[in-house]
Amino acid sequence: MSHDSYPMRVMDAAEHGLTLPAAPLRYGSGGKVPARRDGLAKVTGAALYAADRQAEALLHAAFATAPVARGRVVALDTQAALAHPGVVQVYTPANRPPLAQHPDEKRHPFNFRHEALQDDTIRYAGQPIAMVLAETPEAAAEGARLLAPEIAAEPPRVDHDAGTPWQPEMVGFFAPAQAEVGDVARGLAEAEQVVEVEIETPDQFHNAMEPHAILARWEGPEKLLLDTPNQGPVMIAGLVAGYLGLPEGAVEIRTPFIGGGFGSKLMIYGAMILTALAARDLGRPVKTVLSRAQMYGPVGHRAGTRQRLRLGIGSGGRLTALDHEVTALASSFEDFVEPSGHASQHLYAVPNLAMRHSARRVDRGTPVAMRAPGEASGSAALEVAMDVAAEAAGLDPLAFRLSNYAETDPATGRPFSSKALRECYAAGAEAFGWAGRPAARMGRDAEGRLIGWGMGTSQYMCTMYRGEARVKVHADGTASAAIAGVDMGQGAWTILAQCAAEGLSMDPERLRLTSGSSVLPDGAVAGGSGHTATAGMAASEAGRNAVEQLISLATADPASPLFGAGNSGVVARDGRLSRADDPSRGESYSEVLARAGLAEVEGQGVGERVQAHREGYAMFSHGAVFAEVAIDPELAQMRVTRMVGAFACGRILNPRMVQSQLEGGLIWGLSFALHEEAQYDPATGRILNADLAGYHVPAHADIPQLTTLTVAEEDPYVNALGVKGVGEVGITGSAGAIANAIRHATGFTPTRFPIRIEDVLAHL
Amino acid sequence: MTLRLIINGQAQEIALPDSRLTLLDLLRDHLQLTGAKKGCDRGQCGACTVLVNGRRVTGCLTLAATLEGAEVLTIEGLSSGADLHPMQQAFLDHDALQCGFCTPGQIMSAVALMAEGETGADPDRVREALSGNLCRCGAHPGIVAAVCSVLGEQG
Repeated sequence: MSHDSYPMRVMDAAEHGLTLPAAPLRYGSGGKVPARRDGLAKVTGAALYAADRQAEALLHAAFATAPVARGRVVALDTQAALAHPGVVQVYTPANRPPLAQHPDEKRHPFNFRHEALQDDTIRYAGQPIAMVLAETPEAAAEGARLLAPEIAAEPPRVDHDAGTPWQPEMVGFFAPAQAEVGDVARGLAEAEQVVEVEIETPDQFHNAMEPHAILARWEGPEKLLLDTPNQGPVMIAGLVAGYLGLPEGAVEIRTPFIGGGFGSKLMIYGAMILTALAARDLGRPVKTVLSRAQMYGPVGHRAGTRQRLRLGIGSGGRLTALDHEVTALASSFEDFVEPSGHASQHLYAVPNLAMRHSARRVDRGTPVAMRAPGEASGSAALEVAMDVAAEAAGLDPLAFRLSNYAETDPATGRPFSSKALRECYAAGAEAFGWAGRPAARMGRDAEGRLIGWGMGTSQYMCTMYRGEARVKVHADGTASAAIAGVDMGQGAWTILAQCAAEGLSMDPERLRLTSGSSVLPDGAVAGGSGHTATAGMAASEAGRNAVEQLISLATADPASPLFGAGNSGVVARDGRLSRADDPSRGESYSEVLARAGLAEVEGQGVGERVQAHREGYAMFSHGAVFAEVAIDPELAQMRVTRMVGAFACGRILNPRMVQSQLEGGLIWGLSFALHEEAQYDPATGRILNADLAGYHVPAHADIPQLTTLTVAEEDPYVNALGVKGVGEVGITGSAGAIANAIRHATGFTPTRFPIRIEDVLAHL
Repeated sequence: MTLRLIINGQAQEIALPDSRLTLLDLLRDHLQLTGAKKGCDRGQCGACTVLVNGRRVTGCLTLAATLEGAEVLTIEGLSSGADLHPMQQAFLDHDALQCGFCTPGQIMSAVALMAEGETGADPDRVREALSGNLCRCGAHPGIVAAVCSVLGEQG
C-alpha cells in the first residue's frame, strides 16, 4: 500500500492545530469504514506527543514529593540542590512566584484544588513539595534528590475506618447524593425474600501509558503555549489563564496526540501551573514530564468504595425494592465523590428504589473521574447482587434480569429514548452459548479446572455537552473542517472527519481535518463518552450549514440548473447538488463556487441536545456481557477464558473503531474484577505499588478471546446523529459478569474487588 | 566519552554528554528519535522497546555507554517513506492501536518475535511473548491478531 500522499509532518511551534487527511486504508466489505487518520503517524513513530517535543534553550523540571501522607515540610536543602551543576532554580513555597488564583480557590467545577507550592502542608504522599529547574533532566532529578526534605509527620488517615465522615450534597459531577422512589422500607418488608450484598472496591489509578507532560513556552507577556495531553483543551486553557492572571484566549493548549487519558487528563494539577509559572519567571521554555510514580496522587484516581445492596424479591422473581448504599473515599481538600449508587437507579424495573452516598475524608490524593466513574464500581456490586438475588429466586441469571426488565426509567418514570437491551441479551447469549450453561459448581474443563459462566448488564448514560465546529467547502471540490477535538485513542481524528463529511454529503476522503489545539472551535471535553455525540454533531451541522449556503447560491443563480428549485427541492449527494424532482439536473459544489467567484464557503455548527428531548427521555447505552472463567481447583488461580459483549449504542459510525472501544471496555472490566488495586501503607500513607510492576494492568497473557457485537438501535432523540457513547459502557456489566462466573464455578460470593486467590481458595 | 553506534543503518559517533544516559534518553533527547516512548523508565511497560543487535531490549534499562559498536533499530528505521514494514501494515489492518503510545514498542517487540521463531502464529504463545509490552487502552485483541497475521504469513 502506498502512503505517498500522507504527510509525515511534524508540527512546529508556529502551527495551531494539526491537519490530517484521510488514511488510505478502509475496512469492511466494500471498503466503507475509514481507518484511523492518525494510524500511520502512530505506527511509524512520527506522532509527536507532548514529551517528544523540544525547544530552544529548554529547561527541565523535576519535583520533590512528600514521603508521607500527612504533616508539614520543615526544611528543604535548597542550597545543596542549587549547588549541583546544571541546576538553575529551586521553587518552594518560600519563593514560588505569585499566582492570580489560589490553587485551592474554586471558581469553576473543573478548578480541581491542587498543590502548586502554596504552603508547607502535606495532604497526601507523593504530593509535589518543591520544583527544581535545570539544564538537563538528569541535573533536575539529582537536584530534587538533594533537597532531602525534613518532615514533621503526623499519623495519616488513609483508609475507610480512619477517615473523617462527611456527608456530601452532590456526587460525581452535579449528581445528587441520595434519591428515593417509592418506599424502600416497605418494599423490603413486603418482599418474599431479601438478599444483601456488601462489596468493597479499591482505589484504582488511570495509568495512561503516556505520563503527564507539559512543555510551556511564552511567546509574549500574554501568550502562553502549552504542549500537553489534555481531554478538555479549550476549557482547561481558560482555567489555566485564570491562575496566571491572563486574559481569555492568552493560553493555547496543543494536544494532537494523547497517550491515553481515561479522565486523568481532564484536571488541573500543580505541575501544569508551575511549569507555566517557571517558564515565565525564568524567561525560558520549561518541560515537565511526570514519572510513573508521580502519577499516583497528583493526577487523580478512582476512589475506593464500600457498597451495600439490599434487594427485595417478590413473586415471580420480581424485584420489590432495591437499596444501594455507598461510602466513598474522598480527599481531605476536594469534594469529588465516586457516584457509584447511580449505577443501580436506571437499570431494573423496581417500584421502590433508593441510593445514598456518604464519604470518608482521607489523606490520599483527590479522586476524579476514571473511565465510567461511579458506573464501573456501582455496576460491579449491583451485578453481583443481582446474581445472588437470581439464585434466591431460583432463576437463571438472564431470566431473572429479563423478569425485571425496565420498560421505563425506574428512577424518573421517563421513557427511554431507545433501548435495545433485550436484543443485546439475545444476541450475547446466542453468541456465548448461554443456553448450555452448566449447573452451578458443576463445570469442569479437560484439565479439571472449575468452569463458571456469568453475565452482567451494561448501562452508561448518554452524555452531551455543547460543542462547535467550522467546515469549509473549497473551489477545488475538497473540504476542510476545524475543531478542537480530542483523540486519546478513541478515534476522534477519524470520526469527527466522518461526521463533517456526512454533513457535507461528501466522501470523507476529500476532507482534511484540523484539530488538536484550543484555538480551534471548542469541541468540548472528551469525557463521559460524549465526545462523538457533541463534537461529531457540531461537525456534521457545520457541514450541513455549508451545504445550505451552496444551495442558496445555486438556487438564486439563473445560470444554475438548480435555479428556482428552492431549498427544499434540492438534494445534496457525494459533493453534488441536484433537483429533488429531477436528479439528472444538478451540479457539483465546485461548479457552484466557481460561478459565484468564491474560493470557499464556510459553515458553522453547534452540537447540543434538544432540551425537550433531554427533559422528556432517559438516554442510555446498554449491553449484555457474558464471561467464562476457569479456576485451578487447588491453587484457585483464576483465568478469564472468553468474553462476549453485545451492545446497543445507537447508530454506529465506525464499526471497526467501536469494536476497539468496546473491547477496551471489556478489558477494563476484566482488570477491575481481577487485577487493579492501589495498596496503601497504613503507617506512612504511601502507595506501596506505585508503579507498573506492582499495580497490575492487564498484559496480553491476561486477555482471552473477546467477542463484541452491536445490535441495531435507532434513536431519534439522543442527538441529531443518533449516536450514543461507546467508550465506557463496556466496563459496566463486565466486572460483574466475571465475578458471577467465579461465583457460578465455586459458590463463593465476592466481598471485594479485585477478587483474590486467597478469597476464593477458602471456598474451594 | 565518544560512542560509536549504528542507528537505523547509519554509523554515528556520539559524544556522550553524561555517562548516566540511557539508550532511551539518548535516542529521545539527543538524536530526535522520539518514537520509542518513556512510559515508566524502569523496564515495566515496554513502550521503549528497540532492537539492539537484533534483540529486543527496553531502552530505559540499557545504559548507552555499554553499547559501543552496537546496531540499534528503532521504529523510525523500520521502514522508509511510503513502504511500511509488514508489521506496521498489519497494525493498521487490524486497528491494533488506540492512543498509540505503546505502539512503537509493541511493533518493535513483535518484529523481534519474527526472528525469535518461538511462537509461530499461536495466539496464546504470542500473548505470552508480548506480555512485556503493556497497553492500557485495551488494544490487545487487535495487536495479537496483527502479530499472528504476520507470523502466519512468515510460515
